[in-house]
Amino acid sequence: MNPRRKKRLTLAVALIAGVAAVASLLLYALNSNLNLFYTPYEITHGKNDTGVKPELGQRIRIGGMVTMGSMKRDPDSLHVEFAVHDSAGGTVSVTYDDLLPDLFREGQGIVAQGVLVESGKLEATEVLAKHDENYMPPEVAEAMGQTHEKPTYNQKALEEK
Amino acid sequence: MWKWLHSYADPERAYKLSGTLLPWFSTLAILLVGTGSIWGLLFAPTDYQQGDSYRIIFIHVPAASMSMAAYMGMAIASFIGLVWQIKSADWAAAAIAPIGAVITFIALLTGAAWGKPMWGTWWVWDARLTSELVLLFLYLGVISLYASFEDKVLAARASGILAIVGVINIPIIKYSVDWWSSLHQPSTIRITEKSTMSTDMLYPLLINIFGFGMMIGAITLIRYRTEILARNGMRPWVRDLATAEEAK
Repeated sequence: MNPRRKKRLTLAVALIAGVAAVASLLLYALNSNLNLFYTPYEITHGKNDTGVKPELGQRIRIGGMVTMGSMKRDPDSLHVEFAVHDSAGGTVSVTYDDLLPDLFREGQGIVAQGVLVESGKLEATEVLAKHDENYMPPEVAEAMGQTHEKPTYNQKALEEK
Repeated sequence: MWKWLHSYADPERAYKLSGTLLPWFSTLAILLVGTGSIWGLLFAPTDYQQGDSYRIIFIHVPAASMSMAAYMGMAIASFIGLVWQIKSADWAAAAIAPIGAVITFIALLTGAAWGKPMWGTWWVWDARLTSELVLLFLYLGVISLYASFEDKVLAARASGILAIVGVINIPIIKYSVDWWSSLHQPSTIRITEKSTMSTDMLYPLLINIFGFGMMIGAITLIRYRTEILARNGMRPWVRDLATAEEAK
């Protein structure tokens, strides 16, 4: 390799290495801010890495699993109340007054955005279903003991909306 | 071996070689994308949770993975062009950029269309979606830098540097779902362990991913050939080609 090419090669490699170093430091510094949501455990105990707790009245996103059997639906309106938990043992109760996404069900991962009204209680303005990476035909799911029922609404509640 | 490879840096040989490769790429692309799409969209079983809505995966995932693969291709071409100053490599990078931009746009669009019914929103600023959007902007930056210089040697150098710097975004896109909590699900297709998808859905998906690769290859070759002709208009062999075409 002639010296000019060698120089250009060194320059190009140095450029890539430099940018990679800058980007990784930046991402490391931003780490906790790049997370989309708090987990229920982090709401009561503070963020895992920084220990920052959300304040009351703050708009936050939380992400976790809808606890089995926790779903309470008001028969006359769209108002629902359910608990969200995570593997670390935190629980937060969530209230919501709008249509839930198709994938919403108990045991499913969700991300809810809203205002923290009291410690461990979120008034959600948006509930998003988090899909997992598993895809299978219904027969296979049935054989594995996993079924999915979509949320149902009565006609009256829908008309009021 | 290097000497043999070097002979393809000659524009005329590169033009002829890409002409020979083109029919192979296009035939494979039509066959694979045709099989994969028909199998995936019509015959693959429905999903237990999403019903038929999941079928957009047969377009979304190939488009998204190829948007990253095309970027790697472009960056490698730019790197070779920059270090060894091989103009044919610069032209290849310029040929890939718009195709990559379109395929990235398709990935973003199909993702949004799926996100609305499934997640409940078109868009959310999580790490995966944002970094894929940055990829689209990188492509647009490379395209506009290359187009904004009259002197194409200078243009290739400027856009090449941007393309190489942007490579850092590729691992960020790939691992964003593992490093940070995001709304986007982690990858379904695993290389080292069993994929989390039933096989009669996985095969059409894999076929389509390879098919999209071939399709991008074929379109790149077409654009590459025109780019070579446009940059070598003064050369005798291009003139011979033109006169031979006119004589027909």
